[in-house]
Amino acid sequence: MTAALEPISELKLEGITKRFPGVLACDDISLQVRRGEVLALVGENGAGKTTLMNIIMGLYRPDSGTLSVNGEAVHFRAPGDAYARGIGMVHQHFMLVPNMTVAENLALGLKELHHFLRLDIKGAARKIREISERYELPVNPDAYIWQLSVGEQQRVELVKTLCLGARLLILDEPTSALTPQETDDLIERLQRMTSELAIIFISHKLNEVKALSDRVSILRHGAVVFNGQTANHEPSELAALMTGHDVTLPRNEGSGLQGTPLLTVKNLCVRGDRGNLVLNRLDLELRAGEVLGVAGVSGNGQREFADALAGLRPVESGEIFFEGRNLANKTPREIIDAGMGYVPEDRQTEGIVPSFSVKDNLILKDFGSRQFSRLSFLKRKEIDRNAEQLKERFDVRCPSTSTATGSLSGGNIQKVILAREIARGPKALVAVYPTRGIDMGAQEFIHSQLLDRRREGIGIILISEELEEVMNLSDRIAVIYKGKILKILPAVEATRERLGILMAGLADTDPPPTPATAALPPAGATHE
Amino acid sequence: MNKQKVLYGGTVIVGFSLIAALLVALVLLSIGASPLQTYKTILTGPLSDLFGVTEVLVRAVPLLLVGLGIAISFRSGIINIGAEGQIQMGVIASTAVALALPGLPRIYLLPLVLMAGALAGALWGGIAGWLRARLQVNEILSTVMLNYIAAQIYTYLLRGPMLDPNELEMGSGTPQSMRLPDAVILDYLVPGTRLHTGLILALVAAVLVWILLWKTTLGYRMRAAGAGAKAARYAGIPVEKYLVVAMLFAGGFAGLAGAVEVTGVHHRAIEGISSGYGFAGIVVALFGALHPGGIIPSAAFFGVLLIGADMTQRTARVPANMVLVLQGVIILAIVSAQSFLRNPYAQERLLRWLQGLVPAALRSRKGTQP
Repeated sequence: MTAALEPISELKLEGITKRFPGVLACDDISLQVRRGEVLALVGENGAGKTTLMNIIMGLYRPDSGTLSVNGEAVHFRAPGDAYARGIGMVHQHFMLVPNMTVAENLALGLKELHHFLRLDIKGAARKIREISERYELPVNPDAYIWQLSVGEQQRVELVKTLCLGARLLILDEPTSALTPQETDDLIERLQRMTSELAIIFISHKLNEVKALSDRVSILRHGAVVFNGQTANHEPSELAALMTGHDVTLPRNEGSGLQGTPLLTVKNLCVRGDRGNLVLNRLDLELRAGEVLGVAGVSGNGQREFADALAGLRPVESGEIFFEGRNLANKTPREIIDAGMGYVPEDRQTEGIVPSFSVKDNLILKDFGSRQFSRLSFLKRKEIDRNAEQLKERFDVRCPSTSTATGSLSGGNIQKVILAREIARGPKALVAVYPTRGIDMGAQEFIHSQLLDRRREGIGIILISEELEEVMNLSDRIAVIYKGKILKILPAVEATRERLGILMAGLADTDPPPTPATAALPPAGATHE
Repeated sequence: MNKQKVLYGGTVIVGFSLIAALLVALVLLSIGASPLQTYKTILTGPLSDLFGVTEVLVRAVPLLLVGLGIAISFRSGIINIGAEGQIQMGVIASTAVALALPGLPRIYLLPLVLMAGALAGALWGGIAGWLRARLQVNEILSTVMLNYIAAQIYTYLLRGPMLDPNELEMGSGTPQSMRLPDAVILDYLVPGTRLHTGLILALVAAVLVWILLWKTTLGYRMRAAGAGAKAARYAGIPVEKYLVVAMLFAGGFAGLAGAVEVTGVHHRAIEGISSGYGFAGIVVALFGALHPGGIIPSAAFFGVLLIGADMTQRTARVPANMVLVLQGVIILAIVSAQSFLRNPYAQERLLRWLQGLVPAALRSRKGTQP
């Protein structure tokens, strides 16, 4: 198979329908995208976006409907067929082998480089240079994947897909793992590439959709509910169409009423997985009844900070005072019992046991309490009752509380975690990326839950890379950079630009300088 | 909806088992045996008379006990391949205690002997658990290696310190221990057969394991540690501790199986007493979906296979070792069925392929296909 460079001028889907046992994943979907055009495909989790893309790539075959490229009907049986017609996909989770170089990763998928007994790595490198120059996507073919930042890996995926001959790119939530700076950079680059390509951009971040796409199609419950020109519609309008109701993300109305200090972190030093000092004398104070946002480019110590607070990572030196008691290097159990709640970063593996039922996950921290067990036998009736009650209160959408939690959507899993943590009545709550990859409806719910708890006097540390989220919810915003808190500013003084500059590690000068793009790191220099 | 899913999963597993049976049929054909005849002998031969049935159950007892232990360890996230060695340690300890205290009345001695077996197995398993918890030593490696060590200790003791003095006198030198005192010999359930009261013990153990895993906080902790170690740790469960606890249970059940074998069947420690139960127990546990309710029938089924394989050796001249091939293929079938059920793309492809098999004419007659 040789990479087809015949330009793809149009991809058309007509009446695509796909049924799975008990679910109508795609319901009579018709779409088209032309060269030089960016089509945004928007929808909540489970709306059928991924299934539809898998149909285009030949992983699934539709029950009915047709696909045509340049007016000619096609039947793809595998992704290779789609590539042969110039259609390629960049998956949300990168498909790269970490201990291979960029060129080797490309060679994996490009059969023309495989000669008898010889693999043409130089040819791969040449191809990568050619493509990366042509599309202004700087990539070093000899770099190992594990050395690259997430943003650079994203570029490698793009270059790889282009090298394989794709001229219609399907990008599945390409910004979900990127920092705000990397996101801006990617969108800028994609904008420059559109003249030669067609792009299907899957996302539920509406500001990105607005910035990049020409047209937008909204999927809900497997059907297209809206088609239109992006320029003519406001994000709020699109959000309402996406969720089926008006969405207004709640905001912290900030009465300025802050309680007594609850958690005081002093000189905290913590080592990372590679043994280097990731937190270097970090200081922070959380008061009762406030939301303290911790903003920063991911990888500046957020993960280690959260781990240390939860007792999951040894503290090298420094103190974590919680109500006057030093919790540094205490066991997770002791910290939980002291009244700390925790919404971990990776909800699928850290927040829940995926194969456990919803009701079992709801007692993950309290199974040993007198409420749920007697003489070390579980009280099933009480566990059921508790689950039913929390399911109602936290609007967890699941067939029953006996359903395996891992089979729920991300938003509902997060609600299960939040229900467990809040129902325990904590004094402080650490929430790490609480709405990452979650649809708007669930996001709205989670935000209002956090603000309600704040009003009840709970102190909340919100670690997030979504500036919108941090600015909407926080009373104060601490910017973390290279394991230190660079500055703490009241939320009312924070702007996107000012935070962006601080997050890049640049000294803050009030008033904030313009233009905002000063915060963008030079391309390719995101990795130190 | 949920019922549909279970039914679908069941169908897939049965489908894969049939494929496994076909594969074994190919092996049988290649050695010139008739697959149909062999399967018929294996599956119906052992059940054709009362004696056959009791022999099946005699085999099922150690399989059930070992399988229960394996289920506890697998559920807790630690893979125990060391039951073979744990059985042998159980045999040694129970034999030693029984021979050392011959004068004790049955009511004290028998529980003591069974407990000694369980304890020895638990300690042997606990080593692997501790190594994993403390030093991150892969338990698959350590348990396999501990099997070799146990086998050598066992052989040494039977040929040396624990050798029956009569054997030395007679000069026959069969490596076996003295006969156990009558006080610890298990009663027979059916007169004239070898079926002993160990069966009841094993069934009670199955119920206890079910209660342990699904009704107690300890079982909840162990299952949480196994199904989601990270989440368990975040929730304050010291996962490492429960790895050790799980291995103590797993080894304990294997050791108990050894004690029951020696007090119920052989009445003295002999070479080859574990006879592969430690490995077969893994298959039994997996085939029983790591649940006591599944492991009981699964143990009985593998009892049938073991006896049936002996019969085919006599009647169809198929080596009894064929049962090992069968076991291996069954493991492959179960594991691939599980990963198939996790992979929607593979399911889709199979469905397409199946649709391709049905002639177009037939499909259009059915009509209702969307």
